[in-house]
Amino acid sequence: MSHHDVIVVGAGLAGLTAAVRLAEGGARVLVLARGVGATHLSAGTIDVLGYTSLRRSPVRALAHGDRARVEHPAEALAGVGDGHPYSLVGADAVGAAVEWLKARVAGGSLAPYAYRGDLDENLLLPTALGVPRPSSVVPETMAGGDLRRGAPVLVVGFRGLKDFHPRLLADVLSRSGTAARAAELDLVPEGRADVNSLGYARAFDDPAFRAEVTAQLVARLGAEERVAFPAVLGIADPHRAWAELEERLAHPVFEVPTLPPSVPGMRLFAILREALRQAGGRLILNAAVTGCESEGGRVSKLRVRVGLRDERRACHWVVLATGGFASGGLELDSRWTARETALGLPVAGMPAPGEDRFGPGYLDDHPMARAGVAVGPDLRPEGYDNVLVAGATLAGAEPWREKSGDGISLATGHRAAELVLAEAGSLAAAR
Amino acid sequence: MSIGGAEDVLGGLMRGSLDHCVKCTICETFCPVSNVTPLFPGPKYVGPQAERFRVGDEPSPDASLDYCSGCGICTQVCPQGVHIAEINTQARAKMKETNGVPLRDRVLARPTLAGRLGTPVAPLANWTLRNRLLRVAAERLLDLDRRAPMPSFAGRTFQRWTRRHASPPAQRRVAFFHGCGINYYEPRLGEMTVALLEHNGLAVEVPKQDCCGLPLQSNGLFDDARGYVHRLAKRLAPYARGGVDIVATSTSCSLMLKREALEILGMGDDPDLTVVSERVFDICEYLLAMHERGELRTDFRPLSETVTYHAPCQQQGHGIGKPALDLLALVPELRTIELDATCCGIAGTYGLKREKYDIAMKVGAGLFAQIADAAPERAVCDSETCRWQIEHATGVRTVHPVEMLYRASGLG
Repeated sequence: MSHHDVIVVGAGLAGLTAAVRLAEGGARVLVLARGVGATHLSAGTIDVLGYTSLRRSPVRALAHGDRARVEHPAEALAGVGDGHPYSLVGADAVGAAVEWLKARVAGGSLAPYAYRGDLDENLLLPTALGVPRPSSVVPETMAGGDLRRGAPVLVVGFRGLKDFHPRLLADVLSRSGTAARAAELDLVPEGRADVNSLGYARAFDDPAFRAEVTAQLVARLGAEERVAFPAVLGIADPHRAWAELEERLAHPVFEVPTLPPSVPGMRLFAILREALRQAGGRLILNAAVTGCESEGGRVSKLRVRVGLRDERRACHWVVLATGGFASGGLELDSRWTARETALGLPVAGMPAPGEDRFGPGYLDDHPMARAGVAVGPDLRPEGYDNVLVAGATLAGAEPWREKSGDGISLATGHRAAELVLAEAGSLAAAR
Repeated sequence: MSIGGAEDVLGGLMRGSLDHCVKCTICETFCPVSNVTPLFPGPKYVGPQAERFRVGDEPSPDASLDYCSGCGICTQVCPQGVHIAEINTQARAKMKETNGVPLRDRVLARPTLAGRLGTPVAPLANWTLRNRLLRVAAERLLDLDRRAPMPSFAGRTFQRWTRRHASPPAQRRVAFFHGCGINYYEPRLGEMTVALLEHNGLAVEVPKQDCCGLPLQSNGLFDDARGYVHRLAKRLAPYARGGVDIVATSTSCSLMLKREALEILGMGDDPDLTVVSERVFDICEYLLAMHERGELRTDFRPLSETVTYHAPCQQQGHGIGKPALDLLALVPELRTIELDATCCGIAGTYGLKREKYDIAMKVGAGLFAQIADAAPERAVCDSETCRWQIEHATGVRTVHPVEMLYRASGLG
């Protein structure tokens, strides 16, 4: 019924990035999504390219099984294979997207909370299990965890916080060459029986709780130690919580991502959603796009399932960022036929009948993994003039093996917006 | 009628959708209640997780379910299509069936009863509602919090006004579902709605009508709720069948007719309701659609003032975005500040209850602070109980978007 220049389908990192950039560029933007996207579940870092496959990459780096760890992503981006989303948008577009995001965060609703890092080199940040994870652009609150620096670590945990075990983390770090020990505090916000990371993050927004943490820790620190916390250092004002702890403890402090809900991911969602609102974009959740009306390769209306009704929403452009199999953007039926769920776009890269679909090991090279919607450098699937695809829906990548999911979502979401805005003349004319 | 979409194998039942839950915890991060009180462990625990332990006629293993306010935000944000709020509402009804429904809940759930009793004796009834001693007594006897916001009886009904009012003839007709709030407490808003629709070239018909059954549904009295829905749908169905759209100013009551009675009360077998549910529109949704067709008069006169806009949870449950913002933006010189707090806490009758009043005020604290910061001339909000809660907490006069458009149209 209503007319928008662009409808973005999906509210994860790719969709929100595209929507914010479009709205800033003057487009009337509506985001339709089934629900909140994967930002809440992700570490809040932008992992651009952590590993390349040795079989297919000319990049020389540290070998990890059949993968090679990337130290300089800008360099490695040039070497990704044809058909990979990065090769479609090009390394410059990835760099532009990263700089754009850093500026949005630094000038965003949680400022002065900011992101650090760039594509020149990957940091190596510990996961909650102590495994080093290559990441390019990270919250300032995490940068101090770079394991390429040798400083010893005191891992602080909370007895009430499930799924974050400081002794396990410290033990794994120590075995892999970073001296570490653990301290567990018995502080429970509001005396709750069951607190998740968000509950602790709210507690850390409270100066009194921070003071209590500081008081319990200050005498226990070793001379050169840096202090690792689960990533719960504030949700309303994380810069303040983190900076104040560094100051009071007089030691570097850094966050380690937790299991969901991910507080740094929620911060990123909050910043982007607020940026969208400020730029005049609209967001409707619990709305599932189930098809479209199109003529001559142009989609004119989307069919949207809202509650029990099917509605029509008119638009000039569509940016499809509904995610992959995990998010329901792609679906597989019992006969191994894959489909794209919003517009019914063809799914490329599915192994043929009789071919191997999966490798034997969890982190193996799975032939299924690269299935998705195939697009050209203009991010358009064949046969559609005004539909651009971004994020995990795209074919050609193995995000979890490459550690490239955030980078692909950010870069293709941003690039899709730039491509639409480049044709802004026709937008204005249509209006 | 298939609920949840024929393409969705599990979606045929609200409860069936729980198998879509991947425990991602997104609902937990948005739940306004569990974020302010440990008494409610959160929608994931109480919904898709605990539901697996609620078997057949056995008693519910966990009474914390009763602290769910039913705001529905969990269902809105769930990326997997789990009908969390609907599962909880159904489970709560079952629990209350087993444990018994307190007298207070039976009273609160029948706004028409209070309306019929209070209207003829409005001065006395209003005095009663404002009298401290009597409120203390009501708190003791009924567990109604003495501080809770209570609306004032208007002393006349909107239905009575409509009997003396006839729309000028027009090509297009529209039926107005005004709900109990307008009938007994805010008849003036009903009059403004009629005038605004007429001003835009529509002939307005106001069918005889009663409660939509939502308060009964929220308080777990499903059978009684179904009775009300059946009767209301029967009254409205002739309009829907005749191709006449039904507009509503109360976002929660219209959501009841749009989908909640079908989804939560399982009333898909009522042919009147299914036809009505297709034809019901929120008033702002309807006016914006008119505007997009070029049918809305936009010769608004300037209103040089600042207002805040809060979209109530049940309004967000419509999945229509925030049409009020687009409408208010058409009024020259009107500055509208969109608030991004999620919930005012009241959730219909939830915040009136003694054991929940403090929780409701804590839920709304963020919203109240934003309104206080903005210091608006008026606060704008679509839902009546939310308006009463906001006025109660902030002292800022809180109006329906229609009232702003009515004034900007030069109607009063």
